[in-house]
Amino acid sequence: MRRLIAVLCLVCFPALAAEEQVVLGLSQDRVAITADFDGSEILIFGAVKRETPIPDGPPLEVIVTVAGPSYPVTVRRKEKKFGIWINTDSVLVDLAPSFYAVATSAPFNDIITSTEDLRHRISIERAIRSVGATMTVRGAKDFAEAVVRIREDEGLYSIREDTVAVDQQTLFRTSIDMPADLTEGAYLARIFLTRNGEVVSQFETPIDVRKVGLERFLYNLSRQQPVIYGLMSLVIAIAAGWGASTAFRLLREN
Amino acid sequence: MQIYLPIAEVSVNAFLLFGLGGMVGILSGMFGVGGGFLMTPLLFFIGIPPAVAVATEANQIVASSFSGVLAHFRRKTVDLKMGFVLLVGGLLGAALGVIVFNYLKSLGQVDLLVKLCYVVFLGVIGSLMFIESLNALRRSRRAGSTPPKRRQRGWIHALPFKMRFRTSGLYISVIPPVIVGLFVGVLSAIMGVGGGFIMVPAMIYLLGMPTKVVVGTSLFQIIFVTAFTTMLHATTNYTVDIVLAVLLLVGGVVGAQIGTVIGARMPAEQLRVLLAALVLVVCGKLALDLLLQPAELYSLGTDGGH
Repeated sequence: MRRLIAVLCLVCFPALAAEEQVVLGLSQDRVAITADFDGSEILIFGAVKRETPIPDGPPLEVIVTVAGPSYPVTVRRKEKKFGIWINTDSVLVDLAPSFYAVATSAPFNDIITSTEDLRHRISIERAIRSVGATMTVRGAKDFAEAVVRIREDEGLYSIREDTVAVDQQTLFRTSIDMPADLTEGAYLARIFLTRNGEVVSQFETPIDVRKVGLERFLYNLSRQQPVIYGLMSLVIAIAAGWGASTAFRLLREN
Repeated sequence: MQIYLPIAEVSVNAFLLFGLGGMVGILSGMFGVGGGFLMTPLLFFIGIPPAVAVATEANQIVASSFSGVLAHFRRKTVDLKMGFVLLVGGLLGAALGVIVFNYLKSLGQVDLLVKLCYVVFLGVIGSLMFIESLNALRRSRRAGSTPPKRRQRGWIHALPFKMRFRTSGLYISVIPPVIVGLFVGVLSAIMGVGGGFIMVPAMIYLLGMPTKVVVGTSLFQIIFVTAFTTMLHATTNYTVDIVLAVLLLVGGVVGAQIGTVIGARMPAEQLRVLLAALVLVVCGKLALDLLLQPAELYSLGTDGGH
């Protein structure tokens, strides 16, 4: 069923130097946030294309990441003051993806070196950039960790090891769960092939996540024409409230 | 059935919202209160961002008060002149409240402000109501005793700018009603409530208005002040979620009709003890959140349009 609706986008790079290249398919290259949107699962599958025989040595491993659009995030820390817990220190994390999922074919640290991780910004910690953290706040590192922890709890960040199935060092597949509370924007799926901890090939493709229909209309109206949106909200609410109470009263009188 | 709220950007169960609306509606019908002061904290508890909860609740109050005020107009129990004087104060107060709200939002303290306001007001009102209604219960057991006489405060009548309010049969200065309106306007903007629970006692005890015009007049003022608050939040914070408002409203209106029937069959004193206990429970839950160490000390706020 899933394969029937699958949109297969095959992309080839015949002239590139890499010996092993990714040929990728996605179950969907767009996610529509509708009124009854309740999360989504994206199936990412593909094959490794090579002109030469499979190289000897450690097997081919695959890492798949899906990242949402990045925005600055203000992280605030509560402290006990005057007997109650209030926000005191805050740190601006320059860029943090609104969604970030990593799936790997083996334990993360076994299949990629930290140098390669740093270069390609693959792990969750590397995907967040916080160079602007003010030095006046003690424990600025805790704030970046808090972003990861909070978003992991909300299901927005995840790393799932051993969830990419690799067959014969050639075929691979995995699925990425996207929660209901998605931010819209251009998402990016990246696939890394690694051997012996080094990235031997990579491939990326966009996934479009956007509100559609009524959701999109209301959101845009509220941002672009706030006065009209506000008046419309009042009119709709009054009509709904008055209508419901009149209907109920008539129902009881009969 | 999950439903994605376009402005709050969270996905919640539609039946949960109907249920919440209905429950608060039943309570507001039983006790004759607006219910905003219960609904807004409940929205915090189910994970709606406080800024969205406050703005959306203001929108919902406009609608739920509308059919109420129509009924009062039919019965001619609205003091329009007094309503307008209260309204002048209310609009000023709402503007002031939204400015304070937005300033504290930029400091990251808006959640604290909203919750503190709730703890203080629910605590004070709940305790006063609880003591008052317990006393009333005790009095009603000792049959034959007369209710205490209302005291008229002298200084209210010494103020300048006197005006005649025919419907209420009053000749008083406009300063106290403007101040009452102002105060309620600020609360409306910060707490997402109509403010009837403050205004009604103030109109009876402070301004000395006759009880029969109090509810209609306060509803009249509340509609315009909360409509103004809704517009201010919609244009400066973009936090009014119409989908959320309509879902709560439909449950709320139906609940209110059921609540009125239940309320008419229960003795008034016991109802008020119940309401007071309910207010104190909500207050206690919010106070605990502020007093106990939270499980997560850090919180995320987004900047720049998101």
